[in-house]
Amino acid sequence: MSAITRDEVAHLARLSRLALADAELEHYAAQLDVIIGAVARVAEVATDEIPPSSHALPLTNVYRPDEARPSLTPQEALAAAPAVQDDRFRVPRILGEEA
Amino acid sequence: MTTTHTVMPYDEALERFEPVIGLETHVELGTTSKMFCGCSTTFGAPPNTHVCPVCLALPGALPVANDKAIESTIRIGLALNCTIAEWCRFARKNYFYPDMPKNYQISQYDEPLCTNGYLDVEVGGETVRVEIERVHLEEDTGKSTHMGGATGRIQGADYSIVDYNRAGIPLVEIVTKPVEGTDRFAPEVAKAYVTELREVMRTLGVSDVRMEEGSMRCDVNVSLMPRGTSEWGTRTETKNVNSLRSVERAVRGEIERQAAILADGGRIIQETRHFHEDTGVTTAGRSKEEAQDYRYFPEPDLLPIAPSPEWVDELRSELPELPTVRRRRLQAEWGVSDLDMAAMHNADAIGLVEATVTAGVPAADARKWWMGELARRANESGTSLADLPITPAQIVRVVELVASGALNDKLARQVLEGVLAGEGSPDEVVEARGLRIVSDEGELSSIIDQVLSSNADAADKVRSGKIAAVGALVGGVMKASRGKADAGRARELILEKLGVSE
Amino acid sequence: MSLTRKTAAELGALMASGEVSAVEVAQAHLDRIAEVDSRVHAFLHVAADSALEQARSVDARRAAGEELGPLAGVPIAHKDVFTTKDMPTTAGSKILEGYRPPYDATVTTRLREAGLVILGKTNLDEFAMGSSTENSAYGPTHNPWDLGRIPGGSSGGSSAAVASYQAPLSTGTDTGGSIRQPAAVTGIVGMKPTYGGSSRYGLIAFASSLDTPGPFARNVLDAALLHEAFSGHDVMDTTSIHSEVPPVVEAARQGDIAGLRVGVVKEFGGEGYQPGVLARFHEAVDLLESLGAKVVEVSCSSFSYALPAYYLIAPSECSSNLARFDGMRYGLRVGDDGTRSAEEVMALTRAAGFGPEVKRRIMLGTYALSSGYYDAYYGSAQKVRTLIARDFEAAFHQVDVLVSPTTPTTAFPIGERADDPMAMYLADLCTIPANLAGNAAISVPCGLADEDGLPVGLQIMAPVLGDDRCYRVGAAVEKAFEDRWGGPLLKEAPSL
Repeated sequence: MSAITRDEVAHLARLSRLALADAELEHYAAQLDVIIGAVARVAEVATDEIPPSSHALPLTNVYRPDEARPSLTPQEALAAAPAVQDDRFRVPRILGEEA
Repeated sequence: MTTTHTVMPYDEALERFEPVIGLETHVELGTTSKMFCGCSTTFGAPPNTHVCPVCLALPGALPVANDKAIESTIRIGLALNCTIAEWCRFARKNYFYPDMPKNYQISQYDEPLCTNGYLDVEVGGETVRVEIERVHLEEDTGKSTHMGGATGRIQGADYSIVDYNRAGIPLVEIVTKPVEGTDRFAPEVAKAYVTELREVMRTLGVSDVRMEEGSMRCDVNVSLMPRGTSEWGTRTETKNVNSLRSVERAVRGEIERQAAILADGGRIIQETRHFHEDTGVTTAGRSKEEAQDYRYFPEPDLLPIAPSPEWVDELRSELPELPTVRRRRLQAEWGVSDLDMAAMHNADAIGLVEATVTAGVPAADARKWWMGELARRANESGTSLADLPITPAQIVRVVELVASGALNDKLARQVLEGVLAGEGSPDEVVEARGLRIVSDEGELSSIIDQVLSSNADAADKVRSGKIAAVGALVGGVMKASRGKADAGRARELILEKLGVSE
Repeated sequence: MSLTRKTAAELGALMASGEVSAVEVAQAHLDRIAEVDSRVHAFLHVAADSALEQARSVDARRAAGEELGPLAGVPIAHKDVFTTKDMPTTAGSKILEGYRPPYDATVTTRLREAGLVILGKTNLDEFAMGSSTENSAYGPTHNPWDLGRIPGGSSGGSSAAVASYQAPLSTGTDTGGSIRQPAAVTGIVGMKPTYGGSSRYGLIAFASSLDTPGPFARNVLDAALLHEAFSGHDVMDTTSIHSEVPPVVEAARQGDIAGLRVGVVKEFGGEGYQPGVLARFHEAVDLLESLGAKVVEVSCSSFSYALPAYYLIAPSECSSNLARFDGMRYGLRVGDDGTRSAEEVMALTRAAGFGPEVKRRIMLGTYALSSGYYDAYYGSAQKVRTLIARDFEAAFHQVDVLVSPTTPTTAFPIGERADDPMAMYLADLCTIPANLAGNAAISVPCGLADEDGLPVGLQIMAPVLGDDRCYRVGAAVEKAFEDRWGGPLLKEAPSL
């Protein structure tokens, strides 16, 4: 049984914002199937009593003081923008929700 | 997606259904700098002037958490009677959206900083306990302006332009547990909760909580269950509820809308709805039935938060007097009824009255002016008391002038009118408008003589013993003096001139 | 001897004594780049003008009597995953073609402060994802030992630049072996410091909880000097450690290992390992013993799960870290014809801007974090991470350092594993555990494999903040081998 189907890969591509052609989906589905099959081994030793580690080292509580620091100028901020209008980043129309 | 406009009248809806409400409130913290970088949080700056590699999510930039924001969140949690986590983490909430530079929001997921608290609110003379599920810290998004469409709204726009000044401002999310049993008071409870929450934030000094500027925003959850059942219905989440009045309207409107659908045999769709401030109507947004997959995971760029019990105890001991405690104390000090206190609370007048009393004015006088003349004027102009261009110190001066006999209440009202109209301080208004009581006996005497000669009939009646007719003559004097005469002294002089004694 | 054959320490001394100027040193290296890099392709960007200007400034400061650090005026090749204000920063990706950041990475700043002369930016696997540098959007880098082979990856441009004498030093980043593996297959020294030992600020993130900047050099002392120059706490990186940099330079100068307890990781070896690699590794272990070390075998059973855990954790973090590359604020934008939505433009941009390995890992990570799969994949991988840290801890109660081959094989031919991700991933088999636990680990040359005459690396792993042990053992091994070989291993490399 395959670990992942072509449709699931299409869903992952959508979630990841990757416009993939059908042929690519097939290709990645085959590869991801092998990879997922191999990495699934981690579950063999991951028993309930083992705490997960999200970080390499067990450090905590590092903050910065609430002080304002200089920002970029709008010119610097916008310099690499693909499109600019009125000192704002111009982006294509946004579907759906009103924020 | 269809929008139904059918509604069931509120009373009928309440006869048939019982509402369950829930509130999610976002409060922008009033820190000097953003949540994860040193950019300023000042509102209203020119676009993209408060941005840096971190809040623009430039390649390679890393977040560093603001200590004041952590502290403020813990203080909020303590003020809301929450348990403070001994160890918790930030999490990434992954979804793509152009106003969110990293395309993930740093938030908290299953390990919020504060949990299981409550906030008591008063509605209809009763205390309602609103239980708090969680309080967590996250970051705000940028602001999009939608261009090209007819409405300026997102739908139909050709493109958008984005300003990231707001991106990364610390945001505290406060989520209530579902509130049951509020019955027909559900809208009032919702409003009272948000009002009280706002006051707590102000008292803590953690946010300016300006709903109109978006520094406090509410999402309102409503579901209905048919009377006699105990199973909650499907809930909707109404966003964009950005004034206290709207909180109440949104709950009421959603009860009426859902009741009509349910009564008609329909079913409620689990969805996000948008509240429209202008019409008071909600419209359907994104359906939540296809659950979003946010792929939360612990934020690897930030270390866990582990507030020491000593620090939490210290913050707890330093909490200011909270609004309910303060109101109870002031009520006792001022000796006012529950009803009057509630009225002052609803009018947001307690702080103003308190400041006026602190400056030496008797509580009754302070309350009379703020809740009388000034409340009326605020109402007329559709503003809040606090936004009237008049200060407690100015009220103190007006009360002094009345007490010294320089003004009567009628003149005092004119003085207030002048102050509100921007004519200056109370003394300047008195001077400019010539509002001082006429206490010069000679001037008063000549006014009386004029009034007596032009009201001979009335004068005769008084002479003949009908003392009650003196009222009309006093009225004439007040009119002729344009209110500046001392009415009591005028009455004495009139009777004296007419040779009548009481 | 040509200036480009000298070590960084030697160049520093020559400049300090006034025998050569920083400008002469920089020019010599720029000339070498012009001579060989068309064949090696170590650099994505050569900054000749700014390098000479930096060199002039070092010379001027020295002439003015300023006291300068040991690396002032020494040229360096900088991995193109660190932001640089005055040079393009691409991370080897088309999505950032021509991108110029408005700020310097902390590592960049510290290189400049130490007076290092940045020659340019080096090639890498796109977003540091890969073990061969074939995943660069700008074409592969070639191994100076055999131009038909890979120089390792992801920091292959940096390893190749140093191994081909285009620079005495270079920077790298190590997420799963991206410094140690390229160092091993090009016959040079590469160090992965303790996680958090140096700042990640301005390092374009691949996997935040694993990424570690580190040095490449042709000998252990040079690596330690560079390590010291850019390491240390940074307020801009919360995960950077707030403590002194371990005494790495001192350790590299000392190199005495008598009485040291050395553990050989039992799990690394056997099937899948090239015989020539294992032969050189066992010789290195014998050498350590002959130098007075006590060698024991140590079992770290969880290490067999390190590779799968890594290929869940790293892709998960990368799927989120790379979300910002969406064509809205900087970089490539594709398909914005005025009718398409932001969502469509993002998807077209990312499809056009990312290469296949990056896409594969983004989708793998997205999968591992999805609701319903999280616990079995990402969650389990995090538990394996705990087990690996525990195994290291137990091992370091028994021994002072652990050793293994750095890689199972020598450099493989370009193209050989390009379309076989699993085969490619095996290159990181031995290096990954130190990333998952945050430990320090170094790779030093230990000879040439008999079957192909290509370099083999010895990996020396030390506990968290035990970076100095890597250098101490590395220096001892280096000295003993060089005595045996009559000079550095690199002298065996064909001249280009």
